[in-house]
Amino acid sequence: MNDIEVDILLVEDSQDDIDLALHTLRRENLANHIFVVHDGQEALDFLFCSGPYADRNAEHMPKLILLDLKLPKIDGLDVLRQLRAHPRTSTLPVVIMTSSKEEKDVASGYNLGVNSYIQKPVDFEQFRQTVKTIGLYWLLINQRPQNHSTKKLAEPVKP
Amino acid sequence: MKEPPDILLVDDNPADVGLTREVLAASTHHSNIHNVPDGEEAIAFLRRRGKYTEAARPDLVMLDLNMPRKGGQAVLAEVKTDPGLRTIPIVVFTTSHADKDITHSYELGANCYVSKPGNLGDYFSAVQSIEEFWFGFTSLPH
Repeated sequence: MNDIEVDILLVEDSQDDIDLALHTLRRENLANHIFVVHDGQEALDFLFCSGPYADRNAEHMPKLILLDLKLPKIDGLDVLRQLRAHPRTSTLPVVIMTSSKEEKDVASGYNLGVNSYIQKPVDFEQFRQTVKTIGLYWLLINQRPQNHSTKKLAEPVKP
Repeated sequence: MKEPPDILLVDDNPADVGLTREVLAASTHHSNIHNVPDGEEAIAFLRRRGKYTEAARPDLVMLDLNMPRKGGQAVLAEVKTDPGLRTIPIVVFTTSHADKDITHSYELGANCYVSKPGNLGDYFSAVQSIEEFWFGFTSLPH
């Protein structure tokens, strides 16, 4: 656990969506190291190495966070707000993947600095295609900062 | 997603602009492409100033970094601190692979960063991937 390298941190409470996302990402060889957390508090504990993840190596940040919005304990927008406020996590790529298509959620997500907002398709095949596209785009096309943990502690961009 | 979407392409290199236009014109999304050659013009376009009073609000900005007058990072800094503009997704699309440019762009609020491939075929597929991801899969703010 301490030294685990994570490509994608999946923050999701629906077991069906977890199973399908994992199956797709593995089948497409997009991510071998996927870590699943089931609520907003566990996501923050994982990323900030607190609570049950106090022994986790903070050098190993995920390359992508896939974040649901309606989550137990702390909701997705609150998780995003906390990540963007902290220098260590402010530049981590976060993609919201949610069933909500409400315009106010889309606007709040972008306003809080999400990298992109994706509505979960209800259809099984479209869901698979969406997860595959997200994986390809964010792990292979997009370039992300190296060494999050060693970069200087700049002031985060304030919303 | 409104159709057709508007893309603001901020780039001073005519060859790159031509290639990008060619790829976008061939796609199924039929985007309206607006090109400005530097950061000053980009800000004027986004704030509908000067000759841009009738400009569309872009659904996506593709932003080069090294440009005359005002560079891409200055544009990012201005747009991402402007409450009226900050929700517009900005894809940095530049020749630079330097980690300091990548990191600084994210610190300034870039939504994503794609290095322009040197090879023609890879350049085409990079533009296709950007367009397909943002217009085919993403929910964009209005």
